[in-house]
Amino acid sequence: MNEIQTNGGQTLAEKILSRAGGLERVVPGQIVEGQVDLAMMHEQGAQTVAPFHEMGAPRVWDPERVVIAIDHWVPASTEGAAVLHRILRQFAREQGLTHFYDVGNHGICHQILAEHGWVVPGDLAVGTDSHTNMLGAMGAVAAGIGPTEMAAVLSLGRLWLKVPPTLHVRIHGSFGKGVYAKDLILRILGEVKTTGATYKAVEFSGPTIEALSMSERFTLCNMTSEMGAKCGMIAPDATTYTFLEKIAKHPMHPVAPDKDAHYERVIDIDVDEMTPMVACPYSPDNVRPLAELVAKHVKVDQVFLGSCTNARIDDLREGARIMKGQKVAPGVRFIVSPASTSIYKQALDEGLIEVFTEAGGVFTNSSCSACFGGNMGILAPGEVCASSSNRNFPGRMGAKDAEIYLLSPAATVAAAIRGELADPREFL
Amino acid sequence: MRDVIEGRVWTLPGDVDTDQIISGKYLTIIDPNELKKHVFEIALPEFAANANEGDILVAGVNMGCGSSREHAPAALRAIGVGAVLADSFARIYFRNSINLGIPTIEAPGVRALFEKGDIARIEMGAGRIQNLRTGSSVSFPPLPAHLLELLEAGGLVEKVKREIQAATTVSSR
Repeated sequence: MNEIQTNGGQTLAEKILSRAGGLERVVPGQIVEGQVDLAMMHEQGAQTVAPFHEMGAPRVWDPERVVIAIDHWVPASTEGAAVLHRILRQFAREQGLTHFYDVGNHGICHQILAEHGWVVPGDLAVGTDSHTNMLGAMGAVAAGIGPTEMAAVLSLGRLWLKVPPTLHVRIHGSFGKGVYAKDLILRILGEVKTTGATYKAVEFSGPTIEALSMSERFTLCNMTSEMGAKCGMIAPDATTYTFLEKIAKHPMHPVAPDKDAHYERVIDIDVDEMTPMVACPYSPDNVRPLAELVAKHVKVDQVFLGSCTNARIDDLREGARIMKGQKVAPGVRFIVSPASTSIYKQALDEGLIEVFTEAGGVFTNSSCSACFGGNMGILAPGEVCASSSNRNFPGRMGAKDAEIYLLSPAATVAAAIRGELADPREFL
Repeated sequence: MRDVIEGRVWTLPGDVDTDQIISGKYLTIIDPNELKKHVFEIALPEFAANANEGDILVAGVNMGCGSSREHAPAALRAIGVGAVLADSFARIYFRNSINLGIPTIEAPGVRALFEKGDIARIEMGAGRIQNLRTGSSVSFPPLPAHLLELLEAGGLVEKVKREIQAATTVSSR
């Protein structure tokens, strides 16, 4: 299972797309018809149903390769959302799609794929969400697509892909106290910018990456979406195989990049001296050292610890470690939303929910929550939010002029306690 | 798909993300005719009420970055926009837009050529975009064959439908 195939001079993305396309090798720019290993839909999949029927395929190509995980409005918070859920439930029944993570067994779609082993090394995975990139941490090509494209995938089991050139990001050194994978991906975004990896694959490697947990790897790959990347990925290693050992849903086809692979661009980053980072309004690439903003005393109205980027159990543990015995600053709304129901249960067992609620925060049901401005935790005009999520474009969390600062989970909790942007290292 | 497309221009800045095209609060709407009332509410508020069929959007870099929501191009299709041009597009937006059969053309330098209300003339085959008011133009690499085929078919639904029908015909012989 752990044997790595090599066939000379290819990046991780090129190797995976060669296999998906049934080809010996591929080169950037080449169009391949890729066989899909896993297709995932959330509520946007409701818009897949009509085009699927219109296309005329009698059945979904392979119900064992399709996952539906509702997450944006769970349980349904509006009649519109209830209708989307009903469309998906009916479609699942009609097509025999049994891998449906419905209310009570739900979580953010990418987290569901991760914790149930739906994406494994070597896979080509697609999902109707832009943060599908997160699953590239399994050593897979995982990319976001729209719902009409998903209808074609459900009909045919394949889609066309242009083989992307690869941006290689090599990371050296160790994180200091109060510095996390989130700070690293923000630091990279500050350099690569929101268009720096458009249409490209981003491959992370180096000693720092090898030492990261799967959760931290998910955080990194997740925000390659914000660089415009088709996919973000990390070659599988012992950490990956251990994570998937008991949960992998289908056979692995692990590949590693060749030593002489051609990369379009190579970036080397040393994290030894790195300090906590922040992405300021209104773009995830508007990145500054957090200390600069702390000096400006940026007051916050709301703090959000959640999203597919940073709401796993280690994120909640680190947040609770800082919050324990402290109080949320007067006038601040502190919202914690775990990434899945199983993380919710774990947080309950470990006493983390008690820590957050005793401090004056609200611990919500698992969902995308405040991240996308369409369900709860919405910002009024002029309000400021410190958030562990991934986007801070105008209007992302509600009002057009509301301001969102993107931070590590630890830094969001520091802001909740202080009532303004604060350095998490002061609390550790 | 016509080889020459002409229309009145609306301009957009760079980095217009999908939240600024259709914001999160409208994502439970799936009827494109309802969605089109809210398109560009943040980025170009006067657009929804005043856009006409055949109008052409000209954006800067990284048009449609952010989420994978197809609501954005679906609303533009419901309005009947003639084409969307940009200095560059975000990946998923570009695919969604082509999949819905909207001529979507990446032409670096195109945004600087136009002001709101100008008339754009697009020659698909020749790979040229001209501002009919100023006469200035920019060229673009014609779309690759597989994308032209998609637009010719009227979008991905029609293309896959034909593919499935062809396969059924062959297998039933």
